[in-house]
Amino acid sequence: MKNKIVIVGGGPAGMAAALAAKEHCKDKCNVIIIEREHTLGGILNQCIHDGFGLLKFGQMMTGPEYANKYEKLIEKADIKVYTDTMVIDVTNDKKVTFINKNGLSTIKASSIIFATGCRERTRGNIAIPGTRPAGIFTAGVAQNLTNNKNICIGKKVIILGSGDIGLIMARRLTYEGADVIGVIELQKQPGGLQRNISQCLYDFDIPLYLQHTIVEIKGKERLQAVTVAPVDELGNPIENNKFTLECDTLVLSVGLIPENEIAKKSGVLLDDKTNGALTDEYLQTNISGVFVCGNSIKVMDLVDYVSEQGEVAGYNAVAYLFNEKMYEFKKQRSLEMPKGLPENGKFTCILCPNGCSITVEGNNVNGNKCNRGKQFAIQEKKTPKRVLTITILTQKGYTISAKTDRPIDKEIIKEVIKICKKIRASDNCKIGDVILDNIANTNANLIATSKVHL
Amino acid sequence: MAEIYDIVVIGAGAVGCAVARELSRYNLKVAVLEKGIDVASGTSGRNSAVIHAGFNNKNGSLMAQLCVEGNQGFEKLANELGVPYKKTGKYLIAFDKDDIKVLKGLVEQGRKNGVKGLHMIDECSLKKAVPGVGGIAAMHSPETAIINPFAYVIALAEDAARNGVTFLFDREVKSILFNNDIYLISAGQDIYKAKFIINCAGLYSDKIANMMNINDYKIYPCRGEYFILDEIADEVLSVPIYPAPKKGIGGLGVHLTPTTKGNILIGPSAEYIDDKSDYSCTAKIMDKLFTEAKQLLPTLKRSCIIGSYSGIRSKLASPQEGGFHDFVIHKKNNSIHLIGIESPGLTASVPLARRVIEEIKKSITMHKKTEIIPPKIRKPHFRNLSMKEKSKLISQDSNYGEIVCRCEQITKREILDAIENPLGVVSISGIKYRCGATMGRCQGGYCLGRITDILIKEYNKKPSDITLRGGNSSLYLGFLQEDSYEK
Ligand SMILES: Cc1cc2nc3c(=O)[nH]c(=O)nc-3n(C[C@H](O)[C@H](O)[C@H](O)COP(=O)(O)OP(=O)(O)OC[C@H]3O[C@@H](n4cnc5c(N)ncnc54)[C@H](O)[C@@H]3O)c2cc1C
Ligand SMILES: Cc1cc2nc3c(=O)[nH]c(=O)nc-3n(C[C@H](O)[C@H](O)[C@H](O)COP(=O)(O)OP(=O)(O)OC[C@H]3O[C@@H](n4cnc5c(N)ncnc54)[C@H](O)[C@@H]3O)c2cc1C
Ligand code: SF4
Repeated sequence: MKNKIVIVGGGPAGMAAALAAKEHCKDKCNVIIIEREHTLGGILNQCIHDGFGLLKFGQMMTGPEYANKYEKLIEKADIKVYTDTMVIDVTNDKKVTFINKNGLSTIKASSIIFATGCRERTRGNIAIPGTRPAGIFTAGVAQNLTNNKNICIGKKVIILGSGDIGLIMARRLTYEGADVIGVIELQKQPGGLQRNISQCLYDFDIPLYLQHTIVEIKGKERLQAVTVAPVDELGNPIENNKFTLECDTLVLSVGLIPENEIAKKSGVLLDDKTNGALTDEYLQTNISGVFVCGNSIKVMDLVDYVSEQGEVAGYNAVAYLFNEKMYEFKKQRSLEMPKGLPENGKFTCILCPNGCSITVEGNNVNGNKCNRGKQFAIQEKKTPKRVLTITILTQKGYTISAKTDRPIDKEIIKEVIKICKKIRASDNCKIGDVILDNIANTNANLIATSKVHL
Repeated sequence: MAEIYDIVVIGAGAVGCAVARELSRYNLKVAVLEKGIDVASGTSGRNSAVIHAGFNNKNGSLMAQLCVEGNQGFEKLANELGVPYKKTGKYLIAFDKDDIKVLKGLVEQGRKNGVKGLHMIDECSLKKAVPGVGGIAAMHSPETAIINPFAYVIALAEDAARNGVTFLFDREVKSILFNNDIYLISAGQDIYKAKFIINCAGLYSDKIANMMNINDYKIYPCRGEYFILDEIADEVLSVPIYPAPKKGIGGLGVHLTPTTKGNILIGPSAEYIDDKSDYSCTAKIMDKLFTEAKQLLPTLKRSCIIGSYSGIRSKLASPQEGGFHDFVIHKKNNSIHLIGIESPGLTASVPLARRVIEEIKKSITMHKKTEIIPPKIRKPHFRNLSMKEKSKLISQDSNYGEIVCRCEQITKREILDAIENPLGVVSISGIKYRCGATMGRCQGGYCLGRITDILIKEYNKKPSDITLRGGNSSLYLGFLQEDSYEK
């Protein structure tokens, strides 16, 4: 019987691990992915914005497109995939128990890779005082409801936390007609990337309250308002300066926690503080033959790194089985994308995660690392352009995601969204299919970035 | 012409539902009017869920008598109703000599009340019994237990409903008229007629009494806030620990209590407030709670907090007076009023109901039904079953093979059962309290979207019909597409 390598979780980390394991073992192992969702892709399936894949593929993709690249490879490789299947127990001798509509099963694995991702911190975790009305969502839940379920979570929105997910949601909800009243951040500097501050907040004049926090939630049934106060150097609210912002919705973007409940059950040691799984440089845990990759070790900003880490875990799982030398995981490119506030008078290039800070004076362009950035900055000074990422309903009422295949004038985005909300895509439409060509005479086509999942 | 009920119960908390269940054993037409959209929407859903032994209550008081009676009958009751119940026992911790004196007094008081097994233990035995706990000695009460209060009240109500009681939600009683021996009760949009009224309105029992010209009582709301910790009871603390009580605080002091599910509760504080409906949690108290809990159990970590809530005691003792008043059962004409039912009201709910029946019998003749429909056998939680039992259930119904709430491992079948509950309650909190979904460490992060999907696709609900707790607590404003960029 062949050795079995079981991968728990089919997000980008798990998919990359599976592919690497399959390739490296030269068909000497069975590689199995178990994923509880209906499709592979993990959190990427709800990240319909673009900004994925530049490092790995040199191409700007949306989350579903990035996931689809791997899904296709997995379909071709001889990898067993269980979806709609949840792993509920893993023992320390590598017995993996999972559940789905067909029943409860157990696989005795030779090696296991945990790629279970992360979950969000909640209101309870950060203990915000006040009432407990409807209308409070974590950013990921808000994203899922908005992007995958066509649900309107609110009209007057406050966002707590300026991490990237919060910023992306500020823009996304604005696209859907909500009034985003402000983003509230405890720290002096925003938590998200400069490019997201620039294209998600500045583009829409959404106020950013740095060094502020929410001190009270009001409303007995639905949320009615939040009380906001500035904080002192130690982060303590200055009660005398507090003020009230009316709103019907609060989106919490207050951090992610590695999800390791199953790994923990099997005896994998976790970091006390972060809940991340502890591994050596080969991504192996305290249990030999058990590996971890992706957000369940440490939450990463860029999916490209997650994929690279998955590959190493997959390779090493095979190396472990055949007593070969393992690879060390090192970030192959030490790219630090600029975070915080964009510099005054400079343009933050949004074409790639480098996010160069560029100045333009006449024909003098400085700060760009490549020529595309120069073009971008000149254009930005003249008429800024953006790629629009949005959801479209299909004829039968399913939600798919779509984007313009090139940047369009920022000024006409509103108008283009109006059009998007009137049209219906075909239910059979595939990723890359044109839903509408030359939308609003922009020369850009609206193309599908996901398909209907039945 | 509206029908005339023999008896109308006002309030569907633990007490109202226990009364309704007792009444359902008789040939009477009974309705329960509740202002919330579900049972247990008042104090009965917001407490420590401890089945007290009865040593805290003054010798000879009604509270002491009913608490001991409630405690001693609870195991049988819980089994009958299929309600999660654990006889954990409880420790009261002494931090100094004065505390020890207080605890010795409690042992004495408890014995006189008829509480079994109370005894003092020294520091060494305490640390053995509850590793990691602070303190220098303790009192042990082996009879104290914990329950799931939602499951309890729901089970009482469902049993009553199965035996003929009508539950009417979203019916706030606003006024009551007495005319030709009939009470005309204005509640919600309608008028209900009754020959007899039982006032179990908890915090508002004084208001209901006022409506019937009983002006002797005033309820002072006294809030208690809690933190909910993750399911770490197994590792950290499997028995409730309380500090030795301090004089006059009107509560039992901030304590640590495991829940039947394995979470730990920290709280409650005790703070008199003005607004009976203000269930806020406040920054000041939240900080204090954690500090005090750490005194009891120094190893506690803040990162274990997954939520918070508060409950409000309906106290007859004013802030100036402090402490506890006894339960009041006030009878006037054809009405009975239960007033000041604070802790241990949950424990004493069924004994209270029995006293109510005795009182009614003094006014009207009641005939026992010949046939009582027994409580439905509650299905055990899927996650607590063995592998074999799980497999069997999935082969019978594939909805058991779909986990909807990952933290609590709740299956789609259990969600569907919760949605199709016999009382007809539809709200996210109704589903939550019936099956436990959204109660875990991710607080709905994983399952809220799935439950929403089920409600929309399988029950044809509109997003705006999905509420947290009924009324205006809509979770969503609608579909996006109906409501696009154009404002
Ligand atoms: C909201 C959000 C926005 C982001 N935006 C960007 C961006 O713009 N650009 C970028 O480069 N990166 C972005 N990232 C980061 C990047 O997408 C993530 O770091 C990456 O997706 C993590 O991959 P993963 O495989 O570790 O985890 P996930 O994608 O979370 O995958 C984990 C998978 O495991 C499954 N699973 C978990 N437990 C079990 C179990 N017991 N049984 C079966 N299956 C299980 C889950 O269902 C899930 O599918 C974003 C992340 C988030 C959360
Ligand atoms: C912080 C705290 C901790 C506690 N801990 C414990 C414990 O560990 N053990 C224990 O035994 N007891 C405990 N108690 C006490 C216990 O919770 C209560 O005694 C018990 O729940 C009271 O039940 P009830 O049915 O009288 O009141 P409630 O549960 O408040 O029910 C009253 C109902 O009446 C309804 N109502 C009110 N006005 C109207 C109206 N006008 N029209 C229609 N309906 C109306 C309300 O909506 C409510 O549902 C605690 C209490 C608090 C506050
Ligand atoms: S200028 Fe900088 S950020 Fe812009 S595309 Fe070039 S390298 Fe990327």
